[in-house]
Parts: sequence; structure tokens; C-alpha cells
Amino acid sequence: MKKNEILFLQGNEVCARAAMYAGVSFYAGYPITPSTEIAEVLAELMPAEGKAFMQMEDEISSICAIIGASLTGNKVMTATSGPGFSLMQEAIGYGHMAEIPCVIVNVQRGGPSTGMPTSASQADVMQTRWGTHGDHSVIALTASNHEDIFAMTVEAFNFSELYRMPVVLLLDEVIAHMREGLTIPEPGELPIIERLNTSVPEDSDYHPYFAREDGRLPMSEFGGIHRYNVTGLAHDMWGFPSNDPEVANTLIHHLVNKVENYKHDIARYKTTNMDDADIVLISYGCSARSAKQTMSNLRQRGLRVGMIELQTLWPFPDDIIYDLCRDARYVVVAEMNMGQVLHQVKEAVSNPDRVFLANRVDGALINPEDIENVVNLLRGKGK
Amino acid sequence: MAVTDYLREQFMPHIWCPGCGHGIVLNSLVRAVEQIGLEKNDVVMVSGIGCSARMAGYLDFHTMHTLHGRALAFATGAKMGNPRLKVIVPMGDGDALAIGGNHFIHAARRNMDLTAIVMNNNIYGMTGGQFSPATPKNRYATTAPYGTIDEPFDVVKVATAAGASFVARSTTYHVNELIKLIREGIEHPGFSVIEILDQCPTYYGRKNLSGSAVDMLKHFKENSVKIGKGTGAPGEIEIGVFVKEVRPEYCDKYESLVKEVQGGKK
Repeated sequence: MKKNEILFLQGNEVCARAAMYAGVSFYAGYPITPSTEIAEVLAELMPAEGKAFMQMEDEISSICAIIGASLTGNKVMTATSGPGFSLMQEAIGYGHMAEIPCVIVNVQRGGPSTGMPTSASQADVMQTRWGTHGDHSVIALTASNHEDIFAMTVEAFNFSELYRMPVVLLLDEVIAHMREGLTIPEPGELPIIERLNTSVPEDSDYHPYFAREDGRLPMSEFGGIHRYNVTGLAHDMWGFPSNDPEVANTLIHHLVNKVENYKHDIARYKTTNMDDADIVLISYGCSARSAKQTMSNLRQRGLRVGMIELQTLWPFPDDIIYDLCRDARYVVVAEMNMGQVLHQVKEAVSNPDRVFLANRVDGALINPEDIENVVNLLRGKGK
Repeated sequence: MAVTDYLREQFMPHIWCPGCGHGIVLNSLVRAVEQIGLEKNDVVMVSGIGCSARMAGYLDFHTMHTLHGRALAFATGAKMGNPRLKVIVPMGDGDALAIGGNHFIHAARRNMDLTAIVMNNNIYGMTGGQFSPATPKNRYATTAPYGTIDEPFDVVKVATAAGASFVARSTTYHVNELIKLIREGIEHPGFSVIEILDQCPTYYGRKNLSGSAVDMLKHFKENSVKIGKGTGAPGEIEIGVFVKEVRPEYCDKYESLVKEVQGGKK
């Protein structure tokens, strides 16, 4: 590739290329609209680089296969959409419990069920958080443009290695199928976090679930010098099943705290015109593109509108939202669902009665007027 | 290496009931691995959920105790992620054929070098004795108090039809043959299925008046015939190697594909 080459790409293609940039060495997936192009691009790129690409029999086997391949020392990814993401939930929980790095891309489409396969939606935010059973924390990232899709895909791999866990990249049909120009970053331009392998020598005891002082758990790949057990059962630091209440208690707190304690490090967001804003728009993904236009339209009319674009959805950056919205008269959350991030924002701010929803759930992209109408309505009411 | 070197004895006694056949399978498997002379670091064992799945914890390999029915899917990723490794997958009949049925047929179709050991005791043991896809018709289980009306799967036929390149069957009575078959399965360069008829006196046996573990083993002894030597009588158990063909193995095929792509031939 030429230096700083500018390519005209589809969002899904950007995601695939970013995965290659991050060093993905194993991909398994199952075709599903609107994510399929990620697999199609990787099916072409990966063999050429000597990396493993597999099309599996379903989404369940896809997520299981990537977890298996992660344990044999690979950076791994799968991509899917709503129905496939639903099928993956049990194994995602396994990934959390067994603490296996992997990246799951969910290109959201209309739901529930088969819903609207070729239409836009952002209704999987809460499923991403609570889709699998049991207590645990999750990391989920999103993006509204191609530069960010690239960066967040790389970040998803980095976080999965750093925190040793599944990380979800929540894209949506609009940005995944939209084409725009992108300058492909040069190697080394974006930081890449590699797997932390244990330095414990062969004849010493290696504990796969014993965290270092900094909270990280060094790994040892299957086939390497340390043999240990991995299980979805509650387990001790050796990876062996345990029914001991103390062991279970420590484990659950660890699975939650290993993310919650670092949520400021994980928080990715952008603010625009927030210095004087008394109306704050909060948005993400495709909706953020429209919200940005709304902000600019209303600014032209002299309204003090600012915007927060979320790129980290989970862990939810609640104290950041609290601080940024402290002086707002109104907070409007623009999203393509019935109020999933809205719910989190209401929990985060000091006055939840000042938080309103601008949404669309009909499969068509929310447009700037949809959001503007809500602001106008509030101002009419507010005066 | 001594046979016991392959065991994690610190985690014994095992959880299996008295009379359970799973210990015989474990014993046979370890002896097969020992005869081949596999290095412990070169073996990955992937299991699902159920009584059978606990085998992984007792063996000193790289062990992954995964989800119900999904062992072959995890194993597929592990093997493809490092084709140098020997991957052995112990499964129960419910694990392999019901919830895991889809993965079972597709693993067979792909012909990846995995060794699937189906420990068929005709029952869900871990949950307390419900009928499985391998429970014969008109047998009893906690969820079939009036007898089953379901037709069972024939593991050998399913595996053969789905494309497994090594398919064998034996029983926990035939320990020496079992060691040989497991060894052959592990050494076979492709997807191997070894069905082992295995006694569950606690749940299957008790509900179906099969007697003690010894009685159940005697049943295996008295009703087993070598392939082609039987009379076709109902209840006859054909044992031996049904399929053994060397066909292109999945990881090898992928490696060739990569070479062709990189060499500009594709």
C-alpha cells in the first residue's frame, strides 16, 4: 500500500482492514446482513497474509471457535448482527468467565427477531450490556465515521488484550454500508497492545487467574509450557472449578471491578461546543452524524447547543456525563431505539427530568430535523 | 512416561458415580496417549458439559471445559489456531448429538484432525437421568416415565453420513480394543469418531432394570459382535472400525490454499 493512501471504503471494509492492522490472526463467522462484508473482505485478505479465516456452521460455533483460537495464541474476531449476536450470548459469557480476549463486532439492524435486516437501528446497546446471564462488566465501543471505525476496531483489540476479555464493537447498518474516504493509518501510527504472556518459567507454578499488582492477568497459550484448566464454572486461581463461597465472591468482584475500576481509561468520547452549551445533545454511531448537523443548524440560529459523542458505551461514562451536563437546561439523547442510552444518561445526571429522547425506530436514519423538533418542543415548553 | 503422569491426581477422587463407565474410558484414553508417546504440552483436550466433560479436568493436558454441546466448535478454533496440536474431544451422547448435533455433523464434514470420543450411556446423567437422542425406543427416563417414543440416533451412521474419515465403535467391556481404537483415532489424520457404549447404572440402569454395572458390562460382552459377524438381531452391538479413509485434512487444505494465494496462483 502507498504511504497514507486514501481509499473510498464501506464501513464494514474499514472494520476488516482495521482488524488486520490490529493483528487479527483468526476469524470465524457466519453470514448475516448487514455485517457480511466484514467476512467477505477478511476471506480475501487473511489467507494472503497467512492468517486463518473460517466460515462456520452458525454464530454459536463462530464465537466458540474464536475463543478456542484465542487460547492457542491468536488475536481473534467474529462479526455478526442482532440475531447472530443473540445466539452468541452464552459463549460471550464464557469468554467473560474464562477471561479470554476476543472481539465481537455487532453491526446492528432493526429488531426484535429478524426485524429489518437491511435497516438501521441502535437497539442492541442494552443487550450488549446484559445479554448474557450473570454479573460481569463489559466493554463496548462504537463509531460514527470511518476514521473512528478504524480507530475503535483497533481499540477493541487493545482493550480485549489489556483487560483479557471479550470486547464488543457496536456498529450500525448506516455507517457499515456507507462509503467515505479514509486515510489508512501507517503501521505504528496507532498503538497496538499485544498479549501479555507470562514470564513464569517452565518448572514453576503458573496461575492463569492470579492477577498481577496492576490487575493484569498474564496468559500462557495452549500448546505452550504451562498446562492449566479453563472452565465456565466458578474457578480458583488455577482455573479449577470451585464451590467455595469465598472463591466465587472474589471472582465475581474481580469480573466487575477489572473494568469498572478502569472506566476512565476506557472512556472514549468527543465534545463539541460544550463551553457555553445550555442544550446538550448526546449521541453516538449513525445518530451522531445527524445530531452534529442539528447542533450546527441551531447554533446558526443563535442557540447555545453543544454535543457529546460517545464512543465508549460500556462501561457507561456516567461521571463524565454528570460533569458535562451539570449546567445544561436540557439534555437530548439522540439514538435509534426506545431510549437505551437515555436510560443511562438519566441515571448519570443530577436532574433526570431535564433529559429527553430524540429517536427513530422505523429503520430510516434519524435526521437532523427529528432531533431539532425535540429541541424546539422543549424550548416551547421551557419558556 | 508412566500412565499416571498424564493424570491430575490432586483433583481425584473423581465425581463419577460408582460403577460409571467414564473411568474406563479415561483409563483407555490415557493408555492410548501413553502408547503413542504424546507430549503433554502437545495435547489439548476440549470438553463440553455433562459427566463426560469432567474428564478434561483430570488430565494433565491443556484443558478447556466449555459449554454444553459446543466442545467441537471450541476445538475447531483451537486446532485451526495451532494445527500442530493434537486435539481430543470427549463428549456425552446428549452433548454430542442433541445440543451439539450441528457442530458434530459439520466437524465431520470439514474433516479437521480432531478426535471425538462419544461416551454413549444413553442418558443425561449430570441432570439426573433424562432421555437423550441415543436412548433406545421404549426405555425409561425421568422425562420418559411411560417410555420413550423417540427414535434414537445411530452415532456411527450419523458420523459416516456426515463425512467423518474415521468411525469406530466399542464398549467399556472391551478395554483392550478401546485403547487400540482410541489410539487409531488419535493417529488418524482427519476427523475421528469413536463411539463408546458406556454404562450408567445409576440413572439409565436403575430406570431400565439393567442391573448392576457388572450386569451392564456383561450385556455389552454378550451382545457385541465384530462388524459383519452378526445376525442382525435387535440389540446386537456391532463393534470395530467402520470407516478409515485418508482424505484431505482441513488444516492441511488451508495451508495449501494460503501457499497458492501467496504464490499468486489464486
